[in-house]
Amino acid sequence: MSEDLAKPGWKQIPIAGVPFKKATEYHTGDWRTFKPVIDQSKCTKCLTCWIFCPDDSIVWDGNTVQVDYRYCKGCGICAEMCPVKAITMVKEE
Amino acid sequence: MLALNGDEAVAYAVKQSNVDVIAAFPITPQTIIVEKLSEYVANGELKAYYACAESEHSAISMIVGASAAGARTFTATSANGLALMHEILYIVSSLRLPVVMAIVNRALSGPINIHTDHGDSMAERDACWIQIYCEDAQEAYDTVIQAFRIGENHKVLLPVMVMLDGFLISHTTQNVDVLEDEKVSNFVKHRIPAEIEVFGKKVPLTLNPENEVPLTFGPLDLWDYYFEHKRQQEDAMEKSREVIRKVHDEYAKISGRSYGNGFIETYNMDSAEYAFICLSSTAGTVKSLIDKLISKGDDKLGLVRIRTFRPFPYEELPKALEGVKGVAVLDRSGAFGAMGGPVYNEVRSALYDSDVHPFINGYIYGLGGRDMTMEMLKSIYDDLVETVKSGKPKRKIEFVGVRE
Repeated sequence: MSEDLAKPGWKQIPIAGVPFKKATEYHTGDWRTFKPVIDQSKCTKCLTCWIFCPDDSIVWDGNTVQVDYRYCKGCGICAEMCPVKAITMVKEE
Repeated sequence: MLALNGDEAVAYAVKQSNVDVIAAFPITPQTIIVEKLSEYVANGELKAYYACAESEHSAISMIVGASAAGARTFTATSANGLALMHEILYIVSSLRLPVVMAIVNRALSGPINIHTDHGDSMAERDACWIQIYCEDAQEAYDTVIQAFRIGENHKVLLPVMVMLDGFLISHTTQNVDVLEDEKVSNFVKHRIPAEIEVFGKKVPLTLNPENEVPLTFGPLDLWDYYFEHKRQQEDAMEKSREVIRKVHDEYAKISGRSYGNGFIETYNMDSAEYAFICLSSTAGTVKSLIDKLISKGDDKLGLVRIRTFRPFPYEELPKALEGVKGVAVLDRSGAFGAMGGPVYNEVRSALYDSDVHPFINGYIYGLGGRDMTMEMLKSIYDDLVETVKSGKPKRKIEFVGVRE
């Protein structure tokens, strides 16, 4: 993948496979094929999606429910569990 | 000078090498090594932690933890025990843990067999462990001591396997010239963990929560970094060549003993037109044959014994074989469906890019502990001479000593 070529080479990273950056700096959202999109007009803010998200990627911004796309891997559990079908999975471009 | 068998010689070397943790599970013909070590620990001669594991998989896994924590570690196994460790061997090398392990070569089941061949360690030749094959108990003693210095060198940081032939060496008593405890201790010293830089800080590469930056060992490593870590392992293997040579030469200075250049050992190669290539104890029988031939006026056969199989001495081999017309490569393990045994394949590959192109015949022998006699070696020599005369190299694998 082209974005991998921009990452550090084998001479630049520590040996033995030890992590050299924090887990929060490793954006697992890169893995996503389908992204969850929330229709805010349907969302009742019940936060069922927040309960079920295995990657802690549903965030409450104080007013609405949002997805943290840096970490969302696109598993689709939120869309499956949403009681009002406010979340649809849209294929990434 | 002590009368020791190969296993006892290995245990004696480990006792003198300031080892911190030993975890082991007994398996014939390696058992004497770990029995001896447990005695040394029990009677206070060796101040190390000795862990009895419930399997080889557990033994090597305990070693992973201890070595990651910074300990100097040792274990030993054979055949099916090594096969059970297989999964963890790759983890040891990828975590860059300088574990030293003695392998007493034994045929892999099945059918079940306890005698020597090299099928067990050859199956692990791509696990990124340095592999050194020893001819006798003396060399096994000397090599175990060297192995700690090689693996723990900060340019290397790879595990090392030291091989000796089951029963032929492991259970055969010979005079072993051991060094004084202090001499060995000064040579191997104590393990000093490497340092790495993470988050802008230099920290010991150890599993220690008190590190200024505590490290995680063995996290998920996907398409985006795994390949780079494997490339680093290959780099370490390449860098180990210089270290193996240096440690071998330095050890020669304190012991008066050397094994060729540390990679290959040659015998009567100055006048040789034909050469045998083999590993381990068979080299002793080949040397006897060469002596016998010389006494009868034939000095045309020489030997190149490969001592270090990983990293493979692809630069040293062509030089050693210059001027040779025919080479017989002896493999004590099968490679079913391949174009011959592993040593044969590596030797042929090493010569391809060189200017040295003798006829090369591959012979598989000694599986499951079948003897390799002087007569059998002589028949291989005759076969090799015939090949060169006729100009027709063998196009199929030759099996020596098997009943038709």
